[in-house]
Amino acid sequence: MDFYTLATTNYLMQYLHNIGVYFLMVVEMFRKPTKWPVMKQLILKDIDDLIIGSLGIVSFIAFFVGGVVTIQTALNIDNPLIPKYLVGFATRQSIVLEFAPTFMSIIMAGKVGSFITSSIGTMRVTEQIDALEVMGINSLNYLIFPKFIALTLYPFVISIAMFLGIIGGLAACIFGGYASLDDYILGIQTDFTPFHIVYAFIKTFLFAFVLATVPSFHGYYMKGGALEVGKASTTSFVWTSVIIILLNYILTQMLLS
Amino acid sequence: MIEVKDLQKSFGDAHILKGITTTFEKGKTNLIIGQSGSGKTVFLKCLLGLFDYEQGSISYDGKIFAQLTEDKKRDLRADIGMVFQGSALFDSMTIAENVMFPLQMFTKQNKSEMMDRADFVLKRVNLPDAHNKMPSEASGGMQKRVAIARAIVNNPKYLFCDEPNSGLDPKTAIVIDNLIQEITDEYDITTVINSHDMNSVMEIGQKIVFLKEGLKAWEGSKETIFKTDNEVVTDFVYSSNLFKKVRKMYLEENK
Repeated sequence: MDFYTLATTNYLMQYLHNIGVYFLMVVEMFRKPTKWPVMKQLILKDIDDLIIGSLGIVSFIAFFVGGVVTIQTALNIDNPLIPKYLVGFATRQSIVLEFAPTFMSIIMAGKVGSFITSSIGTMRVTEQIDALEVMGINSLNYLIFPKFIALTLYPFVISIAMFLGIIGGLAACIFGGYASLDDYILGIQTDFTPFHIVYAFIKTFLFAFVLATVPSFHGYYMKGGALEVGKASTTSFVWTSVIIILLNYILTQMLLS
Repeated sequence: MIEVKDLQKSFGDAHILKGITTTFEKGKTNLIIGQSGSGKTVFLKCLLGLFDYEQGSISYDGKIFAQLTEDKKRDLRADIGMVFQGSALFDSMTIAENVMFPLQMFTKQNKSEMMDRADFVLKRVNLPDAHNKMPSEASGGMQKRVAIARAIVNNPKYLFCDEPNSGLDPKTAIVIDNLIQEITDEYDITTVINSHDMNSVMEIGQKIVFLKEGLKAWEGSKETIFKTDNEVVTDFVYSSNLFKKVRKMYLEENK
């Protein structure tokens, strides 16, 4: 076997090994649960850190991106035969189907994912995870399960992003003079398919699972010191984003085609 | 008492522990010493159950660790207190919360009972007013004392310390050594300390196990280490001129 084949094989084996370790981690996360009074506190803390702490940036981004989507849609409709209400329709479809669930999740992979990787990675480097293990505590359950439960509230964040994205579009539409309030309202009601909301929330729920577990995996199994914590955070962001984009493609193909 | 028989551990092709047999006695401070890379940390992590090993056995008061069910292992771990090299205090908790943590996890005590116990052990390690500080606000010596308080709060039968004096000034190191010795005597526990601080060896080494290249090269006590002719031990322990002089004086006085 030549050098390149050997290197490629080793690389692939490493990936397969990591995928196996990831799934074992997910299984172990549900085993040997931590005492409920302690777990309750951890879940509340993670809800505060991961959900409440993200509302500000999510609201800000959703509002202004909603506005930008509206402006760009309006500016690209230069045919007078195309009704103005399509601005609202296009904004709603973009926000509900893609922007809020998928691209907000990529942003959250940066914000929440890096936080999870660096906090768990620092615990690994400073032997805090070893301390939990020595005490006989299932450290995977103690550290990752509360994050997973906290992120089951992630669809709530995405609902806010959807709402504010559409409101941002409305504000841009009115203040920019691209369409009337009535046209915009008509647009966001036109051809409404309730299944699109279901599709968006199925995606959101799966992305929440990815957001909780992939960064945790990179933090928990990292080796080295402070520099490696930084590298693990970057790697975690890249892989979380890649998995979200791939899942998005697969789910869209499965649910909408 | 902890009994270790023919313990062997490898990482890939690297054979780290090559068959260690020894006993760590109850009510004594047992020190594992040896050069960096001699296998001390791997040995300690095997004792703690953090590493699996290929061959041999470790028994805690007659219970062979590898043969215990997961629940029994968990129960046994509740009897273990550990002081890590870097203290390993939980950053997000105050000092009092750190100390109460094992009680929260393993007992049914209410908050005031846990507070009382935390008060008691924090006073025991001479930190009566540190309850509400965060670990980052405490000095290295304070962090070590908090780690000791956390390790003993649940009345462990076994206390493990990984380089408890690393990064401390000599005076604080002696305070920590004495504290560990006092706690071992007071609670009659089996204490195992991983160290390469020769002051600790001379101060508190009631039993000393010397490791070299994954093997037990010597074992004895702080008294016998002065008299040993084992060159491997004397090369390591008396590598500094000061200790050479101390040994010479000791041997002349005790002719």
